[in-house]
Amino acid sequence: MSNTSLATGHEGTLRDQATAYFQRIRSGEMGALPAVSALILLAILFSALSPFFLTKLNFANLFVQSAELAVLACALVFVLLLGEIDLAAGVTAGVGMALFVVLNQKMGIDPLLSVIAALAFGSLTGWIIGFFVAKIRVPSFVVTLGFFLGFQGLQLIMLGDGGIYRVDIPAIQAIMNSNMPEWAGWGMLAIMVVGSFLIALWDRSRRTRTGLATRPISMLFIRLAFMAVLGGIAVAILNENRSVSIKAIAGVPIVIPIVLVIVFIGTFVLDRTLFGRYLYAVGGNPEAGRRAGIDVAKIRIAAFMICSTLAVVSGLLHASRIGSVESTAGRTIVLNGVAAAVVGGVSLFGGRGRMMNAIVGALVISIIDNGLGLIGLPAGINFLVTGGVLVGAATIDALSRKRSGGSILRT
Amino acid sequence: MDTPLIELVGVKKSFGPVDVLKGIDFKAYAGKVTALVGDNGAGKSTLIKGLSGVQPFDEGTVRFDGHDVHIVNPKQASNLGIEVVYQDLALCENLDIVQNMFLGREEVAMGTLDEAAMEFAATKALQSLSVRTVKSVRQKVSSLSGGQRQTVAIGRTVLRNAKLVILDEPTAALGVAQTEQVLNLVRRLADNGIGVIIISHNLADVFQVADFISVLYLGGMVASLATADTNYNDVVGYITGTKSLEGAAS
Ligand SMILES: Nc1ncnc2c1ncn2[C@@H]1O[C@H](COP(=O)(O)OP(=O)(O)O)[C@@H](O)[C@H]1O
Ligand SMILES: [Mg+2]
Repeated sequence: MSNTSLATGHEGTLRDQATAYFQRIRSGEMGALPAVSALILLAILFSALSPFFLTKLNFANLFVQSAELAVLACALVFVLLLGEIDLAAGVTAGVGMALFVVLNQKMGIDPLLSVIAALAFGSLTGWIIGFFVAKIRVPSFVVTLGFFLGFQGLQLIMLGDGGIYRVDIPAIQAIMNSNMPEWAGWGMLAIMVVGSFLIALWDRSRRTRTGLATRPISMLFIRLAFMAVLGGIAVAILNENRSVSIKAIAGVPIVIPIVLVIVFIGTFVLDRTLFGRYLYAVGGNPEAGRRAGIDVAKIRIAAFMICSTLAVVSGLLHASRIGSVESTAGRTIVLNGVAAAVVGGVSLFGGRGRMMNAIVGALVISIIDNGLGLIGLPAGINFLVTGGVLVGAATIDALSRKRSGGSILRT
Repeated sequence: MDTPLIELVGVKKSFGPVDVLKGIDFKAYAGKVTALVGDNGAGKSTLIKGLSGVQPFDEGTVRFDGHDVHIVNPKQASNLGIEVVYQDLALCENLDIVQNMFLGREEVAMGTLDEAAMEFAATKALQSLSVRTVKSVRQKVSSLSGGQRQTVAIGRTVLRNAKLVILDEPTAALGVAQTEQVLNLVRRLADNGIGVIIISHNLADVFQVADFISVLYLGGMVASLATADTNYNDVVGYITGTKSLEGAAS
């Protein structure tokens, strides 16, 4: 029996690994590659077209502006992985924030408690949506469209027609408007690089102990070097004074580590826990999941709960950035959120996608918004371009699915 | 001969007024391949569903390894070591081979998935079947051919320490080369000491791989024969009902 050996994909030199990677891409497993390419192309394009695009101030703004979209896209990944959708995610965030101001300002409840109540409201909403989808089997498109309409009404009732409430709690304003001290930015990068290194070592030691092949360690160092260099450049730029007035503005915006922590936890859950594995399984083939003993309904409900709760977090970021809660919040951002996830490489058919896809996609959508704004094109163009990019990304998704599905017939 | 791994005596099953299984006797042995053949509607699937607990039998005795058992749900069947590979395989295309083989029974260490342990065990299970046709155990199932998918589904039963593996039409959708691969796999499964029941419409396959052939005809077992003692024409005769009950009653 020793004459048969099965590969695990970890064998071989750096060159073998690279060959295998290109093979996967050709067979349709493109992941975030199209989005990363788009990101680079767009950055080059806008730098050429606008002298303001490459300024330090705009660089920081880009991250801050994309943060709420990025978190919303991360939220949507959990339901998109099931092949479901949550069109109500934006207005769930809106009602969550309305609840926050009603509790905090009208009823004088502690801000932290009010935030917790808003998050709890998100979880409850997700549970109800999930119940309709998983137990009663109403298509999620219809359930969440219903919530999308209903919650707009709830926002109006809670805040009044045209109602806007200022949010002037310093801790909440700080989320999107404050920066970390210089050393903390470097510390954050160090934690990321060393943390990634330790996690990778841990994984390698598990494999070695079990007697399995490990990828060339040089691959790990290349990845870490990439991370350190790109991260180092970003931190260095963000640590410089980017103010256009006398008062200095410098440091990594606080929201960046917040988003990174969400991405880290989300990735951990998806890649390394039973729940994550079952989420992919149910998204790929619910019947296979059911036969394997997975409680499919429970997984679906949990996914909607995570989505709605994270959506409220994104709403909090929005309220922090603009300093107020309005009765129309969240109506349009949800479509951008879906666009971001899909553009980043999350499949609308379910079963394929990661947190990082959502982040890259959110950056693409934000860079389009930001760049077109700087060039001074009319706002209508923005919608047209974003819509076009979404259809393009969905087309890539459908084609790559067809290509990898087509291999069933291959012998 | 030794004790059968599974033995059915006088098993009956009806749906309302329709008697689908009319008192079936059936045996299968560890380390042997027993083919279950019969025309459409003969009751093969009903027999399998009874054994796997999906649709328990109404009447009759089921003995597993010499002990009387009542299999009333799939979990019980699985606990006994009975695994069924259904025709649609039930694999997740977006997951890789290891992930599919362990689906629902993942190894967990310190609250997280123990990928190394799973990869190791899955590789070992496939090696025990001398599988050489897959490039990597971390390949996604979407990139596998029909025969390779069947391999994954069969490998999964080995991983679950199955004692009895039931295969429903494993070669129905496959070409010549892949059919050969899967039949080799079935043979090796039996050579590893596992009892195998294979449902097939293809008598060439049956004669190639099976040690015993049991023929169902309209809900009755009309023949249970050693492959060596029979021939193609006789089996066709039993299946179509033109030949009946020779030595089957014993
Ligand atoms: N759930 C059911 N309800 C009613 N009749 C059934 C049911 N399942 C099977 N049958 C009948 O039992 C007979 C045997 O079916 P089946 O076991 O599927 O045969 P085979 O697998 O040999 O083709 C058929 O006549 C079929 O119509
Ligand atoms: Mg059948």
